[in-house]
Amino acid sequence: MNKKNLREEIVLRAGVNPKKCMKCGKCSGTCPAYDEMEYHPHQFVNMVDTGDIEPLLNSESLYKCLTCFACVERCPRGVEPAKLIEAVRLSAIRKQGANRMTPNDVPAFVDEDTPQQLLVSAFRKYTK
Amino acid sequence: MKFSYFPGCTLKNKAKDLDMYARKSAEALGVCLEEIENWQCCGGVFTTSRDEVATKLSSVRALKDAGSKGQGLVSVCSACHNVIKQTNHAMQTDKEFADKVNRYMAEDTDYNGETAVYHYLEMLRDVVGYDALKEKVTNPLKGKKIAAYYGCLLLRPGTVMGMDDPENPTIMEDFIKAIGATPVVYANRNECCGGYIAMESPELAKKRSNAIVDNAKAQGADMIITACPLCKYNLIKNGADIPVVYFTELLAEALGIKEEVNE
Repeated sequence: MNKKNLREEIVLRAGVNPKKCMKCGKCSGTCPAYDEMEYHPHQFVNMVDTGDIEPLLNSESLYKCLTCFACVERCPRGVEPAKLIEAVRLSAIRKQGANRMTPNDVPAFVDEDTPQQLLVSAFRKYTK
Repeated sequence: MKFSYFPGCTLKNKAKDLDMYARKSAEALGVCLEEIENWQCCGGVFTTSRDEVATKLSSVRALKDAGSKGQGLVSVCSACHNVIKQTNHAMQTDKEFADKVNRYMAEDTDYNGETAVYHYLEMLRDVVGYDALKEKVTNPLKGKKIAAYYGCLLLRPGTVMGMDDPENPTIMEDFIKAIGATPVVYANRNECCGGYIAMESPELAKKRSNAIVDNAKAQGADMIITACPLCKYNLIKNGADIPVVYFTELLAEALGIKEEVNE
């Protein structure tokens, strides 16, 4: 897929407009996973907007977003960066064989208190 | 007062107590929670993408089922409530998405977000009323200093969830007052515990969870309450040294029916 088409697909899927960003950096300032990210929320917005999406598709940062909606809530321009991150992540994991975890991975990290919610949430975010 | 009730996967397993205390307390307050037949897991996280249809169908089916009985839909788990509420909002506001869902389901009637969705706390505040709740309290939890932990899912996105001010909420603090205890307000009460990152990066979940517990303790809390099984797990797993309990447990205790539930 060429750059322009991929940008359009992601923006349409996310339902938000990266052009509205005024680069205040509040999204990254409030992100609880900021320290773990190679590309931070404000960079996601800019890179999607400029069509520089390939590096994002291959970045671990896609899987660091906690879906806590802090950046969605606190963005003063309604750009809602988490929706763009989610849209890029789907482009990555929808590819054949790109699932990030399998049921075989589960026994290694569960303990007797692990809530089902943790497993279903992880599968929802990391697999297709 | 009768509502459709969506318990969710965790409340049938690791968070049975969250469920049982909620049901018994509702009964004591004159609210009938009728469990939806054949409900399916909400999936734990709302997928914001507009082309994600299949992952939202379990919520739509539950909403539609409640609507067909003319009932509002109540859930207790923060995640279930977040997923169901956001799905309902998408069905109300995104015509293209709703059309896709309705064509996919291919049922006789369409669904466009008509069902009212309540978190259990909203049901307590808006339907039962905190004043009426106060009158039913037989065992007020006097002297307890309790920190309400909202996490992310109950409040955000604020325009969709509509439960409370997403940055300065009071619904849980008012609940704590209604059961006779003293609420402790602290800065991190609506910050994330790390959620599902506990699987991939336990150290990040630890950092986030500790920031919440330390903050609550520094403000003088001797207990934390939550509505979310994953928040509870993360806080306890990462070494909380004050009790972290479900709000429904304290509700049952205040209503004097906690022992009854455990029999």
